[in-house]
Amino acid sequence: MDIMTILRRPAAASVISLIGVLLFYIVFGGVDLGKLSGAASWVNYAARIGIVALPVALLMISGEIDISIGAMIPAGAMTTAIIAGHYELPMIFAILGALTIGVVVGLFNGILAVRTSVPTLIITLGTLVAMQGIVLAGSKLLTGGASVPLTAPGWAKTIFGDFIWGGSHQVVIIWWLILAVVFWFIMHQSKYGNWIFAMGGDKVSARNAGIPVDRITILLFVGTATAASFVGMCHAILFNSAQVSGGMNDIFNIIVSVVVGGVLLTGGFGSIVGVFIGTLTFAIVIKGIDFTSIDRNWANLIIGVMLLLAVGMNETFRKKAMTAATKKKKG
Amino acid sequence: MSDTPVIELRNVDKSFGPIDVLHEISLKVKAGEVLCLLGDNGAGKSTLIKTLAGVHAPTRGEVLVDGEPVKFSGPKDAQNRGIATVHQFGGTYPLMSVGRNFFMGEEPTKGFGPFKVFDRKTANKIAVEEVQKMGITRITDGDRLVGGLSGGERQSLAIARAVYFGARVLILDEPTAALGVKQAAHVLRIVNEAKKRGLAVIFITHQVMHAMTVGDHFAVLIRGAIAADFRKGEKSREEITDLMAGGQNMADLEASIEGYMETHDGHPPKVSAD
Repeated sequence: MDIMTILRRPAAASVISLIGVLLFYIVFGGVDLGKLSGAASWVNYAARIGIVALPVALLMISGEIDISIGAMIPAGAMTTAIIAGHYELPMIFAILGALTIGVVVGLFNGILAVRTSVPTLIITLGTLVAMQGIVLAGSKLLTGGASVPLTAPGWAKTIFGDFIWGGSHQVVIIWWLILAVVFWFIMHQSKYGNWIFAMGGDKVSARNAGIPVDRITILLFVGTATAASFVGMCHAILFNSAQVSGGMNDIFNIIVSVVVGGVLLTGGFGSIVGVFIGTLTFAIVIKGIDFTSIDRNWANLIIGVMLLLAVGMNETFRKKAMTAATKKKKG
Repeated sequence: MSDTPVIELRNVDKSFGPIDVLHEISLKVKAGEVLCLLGDNGAGKSTLIKTLAGVHAPTRGEVLVDGEPVKFSGPKDAQNRGIATVHQFGGTYPLMSVGRNFFMGEEPTKGFGPFKVFDRKTANKIAVEEVQKMGITRITDGDRLVGGLSGGERQSLAIARAVYFGARVLILDEPTAALGVKQAAHVLRIVNEAKKRGLAVIFITHQVMHAMTVGDHFAVLIRGAIAADFRKGEKSREEITDLMAGGQNMADLEASIEGYMETHDGHPPKVSAD
């Protein structure tokens, strides 16, 4: 495999970003790599946004976008805390409740997306704001406050919200790794991945080829919303409490991770390996900066530059991939 | 080969609300025959294609497949009956490989239960073989992205795909319109190849030269009606072009200009400034 073949892969931009950030931190930040690789903060953060970034990547490859994920993380957390904490119902109801709210909002987004011609950015902007309202007003109405404590039983802690390896790494890291493998299988090994790429490439042709475009679109929206409420639920179980928050930062962080991971905003191109590395890179920039001598307020500047470079690289590599001709055996 | 046309339209009208787009269209194509549909922009070509492909149901008249009247429930139904449409653009996904494009929606898999894996090797092998059989020898790597192929090669890939999946009627919507001379020749060769394999081909174009190269049978569409219907060799290129440009109208215009010149000492009519 020569260097050009590697550069044409959809993950190329994310690998270059990762190497670039690490080099930058080593050269200008004097980072201690041993300490950084042993630290939990950035891995925990990567897992938190990574679990949502995977389904968002699929959705973006299919040519749509979901920004209501920002409201769904606190929605999942608050649902869990209100059911298990405020009403003191068994934990299982809280878990089912959190996942159900994800499925319901996902169905709502998805059905609107296939029934109307409104861009999904606008549809999910609507559900984002609406869910923020529901979560805040709902928790005020039900509990009288915007912060709810809960106590989770041992099994729920072990599965969703505990520390592993005897340190400060969270169990969501394992969830992230498992989901990454599952999503990789769907996207790159099964025929469904093929269909999702096709939908991002040319929706009309995909429909003509007999692909159930509408059903897949709805499923993908259910995936993003449910993953977000799952992350919120894990957080509530880990920290024994949930607060109402806007979740605005999460939206951009997740989408930036996906784009740095080599997914084209126009759809039709990207890879799970790329998104995985993109998420890692993003987490290292945000959390790894604490291990450097650089003032952490510069982190956002780095993210901004990285995003622009990544989009530029994606575009270049996409062109490279298209013009890649197989070398003629002779001549 | 039987004489029953593979696909036939009988007195088909199509209107969208009060607007009549197609009037009394009758045409038929037999296996191993190329019907060229000629018409200028706005003549109703795309509505006709969509009616043939099952996208629109005719308002009046009937569609027959193998002599049997049918009503398509949708494009998928038409495809299942072997009617494949290849559009000028589309049908292929530029950022996907040749193999994945070829098997879109019909992926070969291996493995069991939920672990069915897309069989890339088989897909690539069959795709490359089929495309090469159609005479496109430049495609040798099934992993190559379709966006890197020329327009003619993309068309050929889409046609090879339709043939492989058992199409009996091939509807080609302006396949050569956006192509250079060489690329167009490529596509025309593929049309001939499809015809040799016994497919019924409906070739939509406004390039008379391309039509005359491959066509057995021609129909000229003007304002939603068939203005002329003739077989190979019955009309010259100029006559066909003239027909497409409006036929009678053109002759009337010439006559009126001549008439004006006779009565005005040989001056052509003045074109008014507004």
